[in-house]
Amino acid sequence: MFKKRTPYLYLILPGLFMLGFFFLPLIMAFRISLSDYSHDIYHPAFVGLGNYLKLAHTAPFWNAMQNTFLFLVGVVPAMMVLPIFLALLLNGKLKGLAIFRSLIYIPVVISMVVVGIAWRWLYADDGLINWLLSLFHQPKVGWLVNPDIALYSVMIVIVWKGMAYYMMMYLAHLQSLSQELYEAAEIDGANLWQKHWHVTLPHLRPTMVMVAIISTIGSLKVFTEIYVMTRGGPVGATKTLVYYIYERAFENLDLGIASAAGIILMLILLAFSLLEMKFSPKDEIKDTPPKAGKSFPGGKSVALPTEPLKQEVGSAL
Amino acid sequence: MKKALQYLVLTFLALQALGPFLWLLSTALKGPGENIFAYPPQFIPAHLTLDNFFSVWHKVPMPWFFINSIVVTLLTIFFNITLSVLAAYPLARMRFKGQNTIFFSILATMMIPFQVLMIPLYLICLKLNLTDSGGLINAWLGLVLPFAVSGFGIFFVRQAMVTLPRELEESAVLDGCNSWQILWHILLPLIRPTLATLAVFAFMATWGEFLWPSIILSDPQHFTLPVGLVQLQSAFSADWKLIAAGTLLSMVPMLVFFFALQRYFVSGATSGAVKG
Repeated sequence: MFKKRTPYLYLILPGLFMLGFFFLPLIMAFRISLSDYSHDIYHPAFVGLGNYLKLAHTAPFWNAMQNTFLFLVGVVPAMMVLPIFLALLLNGKLKGLAIFRSLIYIPVVISMVVVGIAWRWLYADDGLINWLLSLFHQPKVGWLVNPDIALYSVMIVIVWKGMAYYMMMYLAHLQSLSQELYEAAEIDGANLWQKHWHVTLPHLRPTMVMVAIISTIGSLKVFTEIYVMTRGGPVGATKTLVYYIYERAFENLDLGIASAAGIILMLILLAFSLLEMKFSPKDEIKDTPPKAGKSFPGGKSVALPTEPLKQEVGSAL
Repeated sequence: MKKALQYLVLTFLALQALGPFLWLLSTALKGPGENIFAYPPQFIPAHLTLDNFFSVWHKVPMPWFFINSIVVTLLTIFFNITLSVLAAYPLARMRFKGQNTIFFSILATMMIPFQVLMIPLYLICLKLNLTDSGGLINAWLGLVLPFAVSGFGIFFVRQAMVTLPRELEESAVLDGCNSWQILWHILLPLIRPTLATLAVFAFMATWGEFLWPSIILSDPQHFTLPVGLVQLQSAFSADWKLIAAGTLLSMVPMLVFFFALQRYFVSGATSGAVKG
């Protein structure tokens, strides 16, 4: 139907961008990670896996890994569970519900920098939150200055900002749950708690798995919120992996070490992405529209996750 | 009674979502004599004033932050849509050698985190003089070009195009349309909602982006809003009225955009979540 070269003509421009801004830098990232930039940034020396070995013996790197891991453990379960309650509250036919949904969704769309600044103000020594505590005769808390607490304070902000996003995912699923199941449970004498435990929760389980994976990927990439609120401090207590990479690369100009840490991050993320593909509901890619009976070029039909959309947005939170 | 309780809970939830921003607003509206650290806090300012908004507008290059953010965001949206459509069209509606390989390589780029690309990208942009030492236009290009195309965007548009019936093209070809005319006059009008959703995604991602701009920008006149706000925060660390005012100003475009195009925002969270 079209000339043979037509498809390629369309692909030239996007292809050039893809090559220049994805594939070339990816190859460069591997090469940089094998070079030592710490002595002379203009004449890096090839050191093989030296940077990776050095990382293995670098305490700040392990500190960053540990903080990142703590982040996962703190944020992911909260993201899996709290939004379910929100979704249950916002599901239904109450008047004005749509307005409440929009209002509750606002933290999701406001940029991380703005959210970080707003919360720094709340967390201030004489700030609103410490005042609230004082109402209950509690002592002041050094939310962002106490090394034992700062990481958790940042987690709270991240959960607060992302909650409504996952709520929408749950909500979409709740709306596909038929009322008859609840009615049947009621006839069987189930109370409110039992109804949700036996009907709602099993229905939402696949979504929970997706939320777990998406929020894991997002937590692994945490950076901006930390830069804005604590700059990795106090004494490195909130330095995460991406923060470590940023600091090494753009403050110490140690590109080799930073790239090696970046590759490690990529491998970890890759593992989770594969996990995501395994668990996400499969959607047979529809045949390229041609004549009936002919299948996708190559003859095999491919299964793809339908979720990259959510990952894309979710990990940006 | 039960309804009243429900509204009470919902109001509480809305308040916790908006509270931090309302508190910023209260701080930004306070007059010069007011103690922003007063215990108990003064929620309604005693001396309401808009002075803080005017003074932040003049003390830092706020107008530039807005111009840069708006230009960069619009350009990124434009590039994303154009390039995604160009790539998605042959992948969805034609057959050619290497199609599978190309498609899967594009999908694979979705798994590469930006954090591993940023170091080489920085070196590339230095080489091409796409940082802000090359001037305003170069700074803009440096902010836009690395995000001009995304595997996700191509995939997203392709999925929308694949579902359109084949007969559309067949009759168009009989009428003498070439491939470009088919794309422009037939396919694009049909996938407009998809493009709108993609535009919203690109808007959200670009408007709030901090990491990359903070790497390649150093001249405050070239700053985008997020970078400008962080700088405002460190330069005027004691003046929270000013910081609050600047932060609130930066929220306005996003809020307007959100309330105007709500359904596209939410479709991001829900599309694909419900089957059938």
